Amino acid sequence: MVDILFYVFAAVAIGGALGVVMAKSPVGSLLFMVTTLASVAGTYVLLEAHFLAAIQIIVYAGAIMVLFLFVIMLLNLGHDYHRDLKGGAYAVVSFAIVGAMAGMLQRQLRGSGITDAVASGGRAIDAAIAEHGAIGAIAEPLYTTYVVAFEITGILLLVAIVGALVLAKRNVA
Amino acid sequence: MITPALVLSAVLFVIGTLGVLVRRNAIIMFLCIELQLNAVNLAFVAFSRLHGIEGQIFVFFVMTVAAAEAAVGLAIIISIFRHYETVNVDNFKLLRW
Repeated sequence: MVDILFYVFAAVAIGGALGVVMAKSPVGSLLFMVTTLASVAGTYVLLEAHFLAAIQIIVYAGAIMVLFLFVIMLLNLGHDYHRDLKGGAYAVVSFAIVGAMAGMLQRQLRGSGITDAVASGGRAIDAAIAEHGAIGAIAEPLYTTYVVAFEITGILLLVAIVGALVLAKRNVA
Repeated sequence: MITPALVLSAVLFVIGTLGVLVRRNAIIMFLCIELQLNAVNLAFVAFSRLHGIEGQIFVFFVMTVAAAEAAVGLAIIISIFRHYETVNVDNFKLLRW
């Protein structure tokens, strides 16, 4: 059952990803992207990362994609229906690069010897979720071991807000 | 479940790379970069089944950086659009040969 669900989510995610690349209209691309993000959130649930699945839907599919949509509509690109794929030698080189990358990743995966049988981390996570709950299992190390990185993330967001304001403001000079 | 998730992650990353390379619309290129980040997140979550909760915490940080990057990147796209009246990357050739 879980396996079937995973393959359904994987198929939808890959279809959505292809849609992002192929769709003519930017809004279409964006909606395909939301589909992909939702299916990836589904695979997160199957991998027992419930909190991240919720964050993926709320922050990624909700906030970030709406920001993209907002910019598309602000710049009035919604009815930009012509194909903008690069053609000719450039496309050939792109496909060659991507093919080489796919081959490399495939070789790495085949040689990795990863199986679910050696998944000791999964048992530790399941124990932590049983003890602290799905959010507590992430929050406990996040606010203890990784608290410095967490605080620095706050500074990063502040810098991003200021940077976005300065860049998007009219008449910077 | 770990290996299929890693395969899915690899496929999504490759499709994202393809999108960045072949599209001309700056916003869609940007969207494809988000797709790549998401593929990496999926790999992190899959590896967290192998190595413990740290993978999921790293995904949390990657998402924050993605949000910051989206805000700044879209601001840059808006200011470029004000200047060129287009988001087609073929028209941005000031620093390009």
